[in-house]
Amino acid sequence: MSFWSRHQIFEKNSIVLVGGILAVIAIGGLVEITPLFYLKSTIEVVDGIRPYTPLELTGRNVYVREGCYLCHSQMIRPLRDEVERYGHFSLAAESMYDHPFQWGSKRTGPDLARVGAKYSDEWHVTHLNNPRAIVPQSVMPGYSFLSETEVDVAGIADHLRTSRMVGVPYSDEQIANAVADLKAQADADNAGVDAFAKRYPKAVARNFDGKPGTPTEMDALVSYLQMLGTLVDFKLYNEKANLR
Amino acid sequence: MNQSQTAKSMTHGEAGLAIVFAASAFLCLFAAAKALDTAFAFHASLACAASLWAVFAIMNRYYDRPDSLPAREINGRPNYNMGPIKFSAVMAVFWGIAGFSVGLLIASQLAWPALNFDLPWTSFGRLRPLHTSAVVFAFGGNVLIATSFYVVQKTCRARLAGDLAPWFVVIGYNFFILIAGTGYLLGVTQSKEYAEPEWYADLWLTIVWVTYLLVFLMTIVKRKEPHIFVANWFYLAFIVTIAVLHLGNNPALPVSMFGSKSYIAWGGVQDAMFQWWYGHNAVGFFLTAGFLAIMYYFIPKRAERPVYSYRLSIIHFWAIIFLYIWAGPHHLHYTALPDWAQTLGMTFSIMLWMPSWGGMINGMMTLSGAWDKLRTDPVLRMLVVSVAFYGMATFEGPLMSIKVVNSLSHYTDWTIGHVHSGALGWVGFVSFGALYCLFPWLWDRKGLYSLKLVNWHFWIATIGIVLYISSMWVSGILQGLMWRAYTSLGFLEYSFIESVEAMHPFYIIRAAGGALFLIGALIMAFNLWMTVYAREEEVTAPVALQAAAE
Repeated sequence: MSFWSRHQIFEKNSIVLVGGILAVIAIGGLVEITPLFYLKSTIEVVDGIRPYTPLELTGRNVYVREGCYLCHSQMIRPLRDEVERYGHFSLAAESMYDHPFQWGSKRTGPDLARVGAKYSDEWHVTHLNNPRAIVPQSVMPGYSFLSETEVDVAGIADHLRTSRMVGVPYSDEQIANAVADLKAQADADNAGVDAFAKRYPKAVARNFDGKPGTPTEMDALVSYLQMLGTLVDFKLYNEKANLR
Repeated sequence: MNQSQTAKSMTHGEAGLAIVFAASAFLCLFAAAKALDTAFAFHASLACAASLWAVFAIMNRYYDRPDSLPAREINGRPNYNMGPIKFSAVMAVFWGIAGFSVGLLIASQLAWPALNFDLPWTSFGRLRPLHTSAVVFAFGGNVLIATSFYVVQKTCRARLAGDLAPWFVVIGYNFFILIAGTGYLLGVTQSKEYAEPEWYADLWLTIVWVTYLLVFLMTIVKRKEPHIFVANWFYLAFIVTIAVLHLGNNPALPVSMFGSKSYIAWGGVQDAMFQWWYGHNAVGFFLTAGFLAIMYYFIPKRAERPVYSYRLSIIHFWAIIFLYIWAGPHHLHYTALPDWAQTLGMTFSIMLWMPSWGGMINGMMTLSGAWDKLRTDPVLRMLVVSVAFYGMATFEGPLMSIKVVNSLSHYTDWTIGHVHSGALGWVGFVSFGALYCLFPWLWDRKGLYSLKLVNWHFWIATIGIVLYISSMWVSGILQGLMWRAYTSLGFLEYSFIESVEAMHPFYIIRAAGGALFLIGALIMAFNLWMTVYAREEEVTAPVALQAAAE
């Protein structure tokens, strides 16, 4: 029996053909994906990484909803020009609590992985309202409607709870205080700011959109942008411990 | 007719499906009432309306149909089921034009940002997934479902399995598109490229897709031919693998059963790897394997020549489905994904060049002895040029997957150009060719309304593609070089915004290319419309004369 006539078993039995297809397509995925769940370099915890605060998570959801990832990456590659332009290359740990990841695939605009603390809140608010007011050549859409949209404060605890179920280590205390923490972070004068700061190290509480009243989506988005890439202190970070 | 009325009864399928849809109408109404966000309320209401319509349609069809279901065979010849195919083919033309139009709009937004209008539902970030889903899943998906249902019946010489099931597949799939598309405009997305629809749309698609697999597979099981034709291997690989990819990439936990937002089970690196394992194989299995199946049926049929090499088709089938699955990590070069995974992705992407060209050679060489037809048949020319574009895109792909090349090309417009040489040139043209074949076959017309218009479509669209991909090559490479340019003093030469400014002329050229491609598709829609409706009198006249003569 020649090789070619042996192939007839696939051509004459539909179930055998389906089985063959399944077996052949399973191999590549299994080899490439499974190790990522136990290799040290992909699951290692780096000092400073913490889950998003309720306000930042809300802002991140606005970022996802508006499709920001379609034009802005959040993944700095270890290439000379990128490190000089954007900062230290991105670590796996920096997106470990990202469900979904936001690495992006296109830079119509610049990378945002370390945009946090590079510009003032006022810059961000003005720029988001009308990008060409600050950068005349920009092709970014304006997002003035964010300032007018209030955040759904009451529902935030469910978001933290769901995140915990998919693997983000929110504590019971953080979930119980989610609503208070969300309000506290958008208002520096709020009585809960100290307790909030203890629950989320390095998180900053201030009125991000510069307007009084309930937190808006502008507050949330700017708070998210301002923390991007700021959690790891690269003066203390040991590169050798995290070789990939 | 009246006597047999008493013997008529509903099939289990009809009764069961009507009950399921009635229950679903109640559930959706309940969900709409309890909805946490307006988008979810809107979608639940749509689903409720669609369920009620489905109950009505099933009952109506039952009362209108004869006592027994259509026979699988009439006088020993298969009684083909063409209704669902007609529906899908028409939807493909509709969604194609919608998807190309949105593409033209977002291309214009990048050239003239004022076109975003600063409204939530007209901004680039929400329209871009609408464009990609409309062209890939709505246009491409309907072409694949229509052609696969046609090809599997003809090559198995068997009627499509199931009675309501094929209709469930085509209508259910287009309902999924409606939910996904309106969702994007309302900001419902899980932000995974080409897998943006949220959890409830994903669940619905799973049900539709499993039904699709069952209808396709059961038709093969009931075949009258001993061998399964090569096109059906590719369709089967496409349907099975897309099911696996969809399930692997989309497990998500909704925040509430009554809200649209969910959190994906995977995070960070793992999510990135799952995403591009899915994303690249949406290209590999949706946009390649499925359309190769179209090539394997429609080119031999139109050229009236057998497939060039049976052995080559065996080798390239198994090689392409085995190798494609590995290629995903080339979307993640130099990222936080471990190096070994990136290298594996690159290696397999380069190897993929060979089976890809195996397919191209098999399609091209099928024309041996029929090359002269390229001069006279613009439909065949479209099909063959699509295979040429396939060859070009599958050479460019492995090239771009090489890490050093990728360090320049990644994140730039070069990727966009590459995608479109495959999407417009290969997927677009092979689909147009298949639709030009299908419409006269489905509606029993002798031929197309006008071959001259096909010729116009071909040339206008080809010029559009050339403008598109050449402008994106220039802008992509220019972008990449500007980002890494240094002055003699060792400083970065350009700020980011200078690279944005440099793109402006190329974005205008790209939009012009897209406009030409859209004009071509509009010419096709007119031609197909006239094929179905204008020819009627001309064709019926000689038939009537013939009958009179007999």
